[in-house]
Amino acid sequence: MTDIDKIAHAFISALPHAAALGMQITSIGDGVVVMTMPWDARFVGDPATGVLHGGAVSSLLDTASGAAVMCHPAAPVSTATLDLRIDYFRPATPRQTITARAECYHVTRSVAFVRVTATDEDATRPVAAATGAFTLDRPRGLT
Amino acid sequence: MTRAKPEPVQVIKHRRDAALKALTAGVPFIQYLGIQFDRRGDELTAILPFDPKLIGNPALPALHGGVTASFLEVAAIIELAWSTLWEGMEQGQIDPSEIGTSPLHLPKTIDFTVDYLRSGLPRDAYARARVNRSGRRYASVHVEAWQDNRSRLFAQGTGHFLMPGE
Repeated sequence: MTDIDKIAHAFISALPHAAALGMQITSIGDGVVVMTMPWDARFVGDPATGVLHGGAVSSLLDTASGAAVMCHPAAPVSTATLDLRIDYFRPATPRQTITARAECYHVTRSVAFVRVTATDEDATRPVAAATGAFTLDRPRGLT
Repeated sequence: MTRAKPEPVQVIKHRRDAALKALTAGVPFIQYLGIQFDRRGDELTAILPFDPKLIGNPALPALHGGVTASFLEVAAIIELAWSTLWEGMEQGQIDPSEIGTSPLHLPKTIDFTVDYLRSGLPRDAYARARVNRSGRRYASVHVEAWQDNRSRLFAQGTGHFLMPGE
């Protein structure tokens, strides 16, 4: 494991709900995070079709967004979601892994702005997208 | 003139509780999170009993933002489906014995906005939703969630939904 893999692994295992949903970080750095969540029968929202529940996708989008804030060069010590707006474009294809790419594209002294997109194995047609505002707690003495 | 004898209260309660159960029992993610519904007449309260797997930040500790979003969205969808079902049952258009025998058609979320007001504590959470507009195709629902004090919300949300059958 590289250092970044170790950090990414430690980050996810420190978040019980993210670990419970099987989330994994593919890449992380400079305010951009790519994170995956495998399909799981327990997280289905529509039993007739096997489509994942929107809430499970929301959890992935929120986690990836928070991670994007944490790895921003501003090096925050912690963050929390202030607001998240999720748009659902289409049902995620059953039995496919969901991949979220989150980008912390602007920070102020105390707020971080994030956009994130989720796809299944068909990366050309996004499943959902979200934008969010997050708190940004800077290290002491650097505000 | 003689009136028809009213149905025994237990028969009515059983019918309504069975209809509500049919809405929620078949959805794996609602069961995974452990969300329950309390019914008083037509009013629903969603309940999320605390569980360690719902934690996002173990340092505080606080509920995961995604859990809060999921809880609000579930409360909103079930309220919307329930209010439609209730009307259909009361007007005799829906046969309660039919509910749950065929695949459920729940409203589909178009968009959902969550406003995080304070961190979710490691305790049970409650939510009530209000259908602000329910048209033939689209609906708008607002939902509020709290923990210890009803007046101190920890999150609220608004969503737009596509009604089933369209």
